[in-house]
Amino acid sequence: MTVLLEVRELSKHFTARGGLFRRAGAPVKAVDGVSFTLARGETLGLVGESGCGKSTLGRAILRLHEPTAGEVWLDGENVTALSGDALLEHRRCMQIIFQDPYASLNPRRTVAQAIREPLEVHRIGTPVERERRVDELLDVVGMRSSARNRYPHEFSGGQRQRIGIARALALDPALIVADEPVSALDVSVQSQVLNLIANLQRERGIAFLFISHDLAVIQHVSDVVAVMYLGRFVEMAPAAELYRRPRHPYTQALLSAVPQPDPARRAGRIVLQGDIPSPTDPPPGCPFHPRCPLAVDRCRGEVPALRAVAEGVSVACHLIE
Amino acid sequence: MTARAEPAAQIAIAPHESLLGQAARRFVRHRLAMLGLAAILVIAVYAVVAPFLLQSPYKTDLRAIDKPPSAEHILGTDRSGRDVMARMSTGIRTSLIVGFGAVAIYLVIGTLIGLVGGFFGGALDQVLGRLTDTVLAIPTLLLIIVFVSVIGPSLISVIAVIGLLGWPQAARIVRGQILALREAEFISAARVVGLGNRRILGAHLLPNIIGPLTVVATFGVANAILLEAGLSFLGLGVQAPEPSLGNMILEARDGVVLKSLPWIWLPPGILISVTVLAVNFVGDGLRDALDPRSTRRL
Repeated sequence: MTVLLEVRELSKHFTARGGLFRRAGAPVKAVDGVSFTLARGETLGLVGESGCGKSTLGRAILRLHEPTAGEVWLDGENVTALSGDALLEHRRCMQIIFQDPYASLNPRRTVAQAIREPLEVHRIGTPVERERRVDELLDVVGMRSSARNRYPHEFSGGQRQRIGIARALALDPALIVADEPVSALDVSVQSQVLNLIANLQRERGIAFLFISHDLAVIQHVSDVVAVMYLGRFVEMAPAAELYRRPRHPYTQALLSAVPQPDPARRAGRIVLQGDIPSPTDPPPGCPFHPRCPLAVDRCRGEVPALRAVAEGVSVACHLIE
Repeated sequence: MTARAEPAAQIAIAPHESLLGQAARRFVRHRLAMLGLAAILVIAVYAVVAPFLLQSPYKTDLRAIDKPPSAEHILGTDRSGRDVMARMSTGIRTSLIVGFGAVAIYLVIGTLIGLVGGFFGGALDQVLGRLTDTVLAIPTLLLIIVFVSVIGPSLISVIAVIGLLGWPQAARIVRGQILALREAEFISAARVVGLGNRRILGAHLLPNIIGPLTVVATFGVANAILLEAGLSFLGLGVQAPEPSLGNMILEARDGVVLKSLPWIWLPPGILISVTVLAVNFVGDGLRDALDPRSTRRL
């Protein structure tokens, strides 16, 4: 499989802007030196607690946030270096599905307007062809074309999410960042939308960066899973491997928190102490050491690098060789 | 073809209705607003039609001075023998022109400044924000008086002055709305698709603030009408012999008129109150209709 997306040492730091009479605060290191690659048509599941930088990473890749440092290569082109028309051209390849289907559609624009807009901006097809494409896309996401002249408020959350997916598909992107696409939906609707996404991926070979805090959802959709903590990857492994044999202590703690219906397989729950430290003032050494049950002296002083420890498995932990 | 079940497509059974349609329905149900709207319509018709039916508001009749209401002069005549009813119709027309004209001017200025400041933020927003604060801090009436006495009182100068000074409130409201809206996910979605700033502002942000803007505009019209009446009363607005509700009431400063000729000053006073009240009722109704969350039941 060919590499579609390569992220190199990507960082995004937010600085509270100092005004005329205010001093700038310490930067929030939302994403701090993340590197990974994603093959064409594959799904990378990105999992982590709230505030660990998952969404920021996704948005920095799409240039919704300007990255502070690092590079994003998509299809052999350095996206971080593009601007103007070249960036516009490149946006065709990468789209996003948002978490909140109530906020991601403009309440004043009809379904057809929303789906047609990407085609208009990129001057694809004639007006008649665009109309046909809108109907086609609505059909693909399982909505009938009578929806086209309605407004978002006339639909349920799941239906709106389908409309959002249709909009993301309009440009035939190679990469879609799905930022918690089902966490705002009812469980029964979640599975419908997940199946829709899985079908689209199979039929169209779209690569997904699938962001979620739901480990079951991630397991269901991902080829590879990356676990994020405080703006960094702590472990990245093929999905089956990660769920069978979590290596990083944080991954182990996360997985032990998943409810296990079979009592025989129920292992001991690892309960972490404390909260995620503030990303304005991350602890020295391994960012996880204050909460890690296995932390040793070395963890307090030295930041562990993400190293390959087995075929396709990388872990950032001093204790794992 | 008969109806057939389409599980994934069995959606949106509720009758199709745009947001505007819903708002219109809520507005129609708002009793005070409908009353206000009816009053405004009657007043507007009066302002437009009366000059054709009544005698000229400038025609003096020295044999019919200070006449009380009669069949010939429905609201009587003033100190120069001019028909009060006819003068009032021209006066209210002036009021409405000033009200809508001034608001149109400051809505454009305010929207522009609010949009630009709220959307681009940064130093530009700081500068525009301080400019807005500065204009707000100026005592409007005083500045208007200075302004008008420099450029000379007339209908145009009153419109221009109210228009050029009234925008800060509109700018603030627009800026606040834009600040909240620009972080909305549908704006991020527009960016990912590749939309430029101009299209995001015009096609995505502006349509979402039309509601609050309409409300600001309506209350603004009421205020501008009052302000014009006040200026004309002070002799700084529309000048005699051109009638305006303000300079008609001005005649009541003469004790004789005030005590024994009430038909000269009472009708314009009542008309201006009714107009402003009606416009405000419509504003209330619009606000409730366009933002259902803010509805206060009466």
